[in-house]
This record gives sequence, C-alpha cells and structure tokens, in this order.
Amino acid sequence: MTRRPPPWGRWATNYAGPAATLAAVGVAWEVGVRLAGVPAWLLPTPSAIAAALWEWRVQAPRHVWATLYEVLGGFLLAIAVGIPLAVAIVYSPFVRRVAYPVLLVFQSVPKVALAPLLLLYLGYGVQTNVSVAAIVAFFPIVVNTVTGLESVEPELLQLSRSFDAGALRIFWKVRLPWALPHIFSALKVAVSLAVIGAVVGEFVGSDRGLGYVIVTASASMNTSLVFGIMILLALMGIAVFYAVWFVEALACPWYRPAELEEPSP
Amino acid sequence: MPDLIAIEGVTKVYPTLAGETTLALDDVSLTVAENEFLTIVGPSGCGKSTLLKLVAGVLSATRGRIVFRGRPLAGPTREVGMVFQSPVLMPWRTVLDNVLFPIEMLRLPVARYRDEARRLIELTGLGGFERAYPRELSGGMQQRVSICRALVYDPPLLLMDEPFGALDAMTREEMGMELLAVWHERRKTVVFVTHSIPEAVLLADRVVVMTPRPGRVVAVTRVELPRPRTLDMEFSREFSEHASAIRARIADGRGRGR
Repeated sequence: MTRRPPPWGRWATNYAGPAATLAAVGVAWEVGVRLAGVPAWLLPTPSAIAAALWEWRVQAPRHVWATLYEVLGGFLLAIAVGIPLAVAIVYSPFVRRVAYPVLLVFQSVPKVALAPLLLLYLGYGVQTNVSVAAIVAFFPIVVNTVTGLESVEPELLQLSRSFDAGALRIFWKVRLPWALPHIFSALKVAVSLAVIGAVVGEFVGSDRGLGYVIVTASASMNTSLVFGIMILLALMGIAVFYAVWFVEALACPWYRPAELEEPSP
Repeated sequence: MPDLIAIEGVTKVYPTLAGETTLALDDVSLTVAENEFLTIVGPSGCGKSTLLKLVAGVLSATRGRIVFRGRPLAGPTREVGMVFQSPVLMPWRTVLDNVLFPIEMLRLPVARYRDEARRLIELTGLGGFERAYPRELSGGMQQRVSICRALVYDPPLLLMDEPFGALDAMTREEMGMELLAVWHERRKTVVFVTHSIPEAVLLADRVVVMTPRPGRVVAVTRVELPRPRTLDMEFSREFSEHASAIRARIADGRGRGR
C-alpha cells in the first residue's frame, strides 16, 4: 500500500510554494530598489506599482473591458475564420495549394506593421484592434486544426467508409473529435497571442484599452502605472488561457496530457 | 457447405509514385465456405492486406471479381466486420460507445443494439469495463474491443488483418484461443491474415499461402487437426508437419521471386 500525502500537503506543493516564491521575489525587489535608491521613473517598487494602480482604479473598468472585449472578439473571429479554413484545406487540395503559400507570406509579415494599415482601412476604433488580435491569433489555429484533422488514423477512416457513412457524418463523428486536442492546444496559444494583438492595436491607434494606458502613462513618465498595467495584462493573459483550458477539460474529458496523469493505484 | 465468398481471377495493379505500376495481386482465385476459418499467411508485400481490402469492398479490383453469396461485390457492405493490427479505437468514446460506433455510422437504432454490445463485451472477457476509456486498457483489451466492434452488427464475415501482430506472444496465443471460442459461438466466417505460421495453422480450417512480387496464391492446405483446438496441439506431429509444409511453400515462392 502506498501512502498518499494529505490533501493540504498536495495543496502546499501546488500553490503555497509558488506563492511564497513570488512573495519573496516581491520583497527582494522592494528592498533592493529602496536600498539602491533607483528612481521610480526607472524602476518602481512593488508598493509604488500597487499605489499607482490603486490611484488609477476609477478608470480601470473602462480600459480593462475595452481590452478584454478586443481580445475575446479577436479570438472568436480567428476561430470563426480559422477553423472553417482549416477544414477547407483538409478537404480540398485546391484550397490547400492556394491557401498555404498565402498563409505563410501572411505569417512572415510582422503584425505590428499591419496594424497601421488596418487603421487606415478600418478606421479608428474597436474594430481595428479586434482585427489585429484576430490576425495574430489566426495562424496557429489554422495550422494546428489542419494537423489535427489529418492525424486521424487511416484505418479508422477506412472503417468509417466501410459502413458507407457520408463525409459529413465522418467529419462530425470521427475527424472533428479526433482533432479536438490539437485544436485546443492551438486555442491556448492563440488566446494569449490575441492579448498581444489587442495591445499592439491599441498602441497604434486607440483612445481606450490597456495598451492605450501604457502609451499615455509612459509619455508622462508614470512608470509605476506602466508596470501595473503590464501586470494586469499578464493576469488577463493567464485568465483567458485558463478559461480555454477549462473549456477543454469540459469538451475533452477523455484527454489527459501525460504529465497530468496520476499514477494508477 | 456453400461458398460465402468466391474470389475469381482477381488482379490488383497499383500506380507507384514514379509513374510505374506494381502488380500487388496476380490472378488470385479462392473460395471461402460459410463458417470457415481461413488464414492467409505470407511474407510482407505478398498482397494479403490488399486482398482483404478488396473483399471488404474498400478497394476495387483491376481485373476479376469477388462474389459474395452469389452476387458480385460492389463497394463497401455491412456483411463484413473488419479488425486491423492496431485497435483504432476512438479515445473519446468509452468501451461501450466504441463498440456501438458501427451502429451509429450505419444509422441503426443504437438503443436496440446496446444489449448485444454488452453481451459481446462480456463474451470477450471485458465485463465491467463498459465505461472505461481506451487509454485505461491494455493492448490486448483494446483489441478485444475492436473485435466486439466488428461483431456488433452481426456481419456473417469477419476480416482480420494481423489482429494480434502487435501483441506480446503470450497475449497473442490467449487471444487466438478466445477468438476461436467467439467464432464457434457466433458461427462466423473468418478470413484472418497473419505472418505467423504457427498462428495460421492453429486457428485455421484451411491455410492459404501467398508469395510476393507479384502477390500470388501458391498453396491452399486443409488443417486436419480436431476442434476445439488447444495450445498444446502446437507440439503434435501433425501440427509440425503442417507448419513445415507451409514454410517450404513460402521458401519456394521466395526462390522463384529472386
């Protein structure tokens, strides 16, 4: 019989350890910056960052929502275009031959360079930032969905065809579920990229959103707030990542990455 | 016994990537009787898998035809159950749902087949694992699930393409005996492809020997061992005579090919 660690022991190794490490880094940062006398416009202390965020709190909801809206909007747009395109690539050799080179060219262009063009075409506003987020999130979704749809074991497809089942039925019952783990790993990458895309869009042209706040705060040498916003963006990135992770756990209960597997009793 | 399948002068030519053609099967004729257990043995490249796919209706012959219960075969049919070397289960489906997969694909009423699926799961020794996912099962257990899946819609013919080839030797022998039990209880016709001569002899009513380049049938031998078969028959004199005769035919075929 193996002895299981008590629940709090597991909790301690999973959460308390990392939290304590983070707290220690924070304390070292605070003490180090104060002792060295680094000016706040260069490197603010954690307490100064917290104070700057607190002072800014009244304006926070408007900007946080704007960015979150762009992130989610861009992410969903990338899914809505990317997954059907991937399906078309898998089913049509013609689409594949046309789409893949175009996609590669597109992927090789720095998205930051596209943002001013989108501003020119789509105008000033949320639609531009949603588009930048979507474009950044798009590529991994297409590539991984294609890989996933094509990774179905050939014998399984042969078996399905031997039942004289139609292509649509095989798609829903075999190909799509088979591809889901691939699609979800792409979505986890894509949603984090969408955060970057939204902020890039806000940098280029916007009157709201966390990217816009970073631009204005750094223009007025409010480095503490810049740091604060970066922390908020990181938290937003983590939150959307885990939201996708949570949906994945609901949609693919059978799928467990090897490292999460508990040893069998 | 009447013939279930008659393979009549079947030739299969594949185009190769280099623009040439490969003769995978050359004028193969063969009959399989109702309820017969037929094994096909031969080295890789002898076209045994191709032959199986032709009988399944997944491929079509370049020349010749396959007659199923007196009617020429055209395309896939639900009279056939297929088992591959790898179990090809769907990881998102439980054992029970994997077994019921053909019912869904054939648009049959799933509810009416659930009991039959459970009986098959029980029969193959998987009772209690109905709600397990494939990743929780061993290789042998997964292959049992795929056998249940091939049997659930009660096809008269079971086509098995090296079904135990990926299993360890002990599991393999055990699975062979269990397959014979299922075959006996369900009265199926089985065409079983293998590259193991002992396996071919132990399971079969008749052994078909094929040789490669081009794929040809060089011998068909009837195995005169009594039923039910047991593992210790492998040590009998008749068994070794059968095995060495088959080995000799394969060696002849190799010699001719060179």
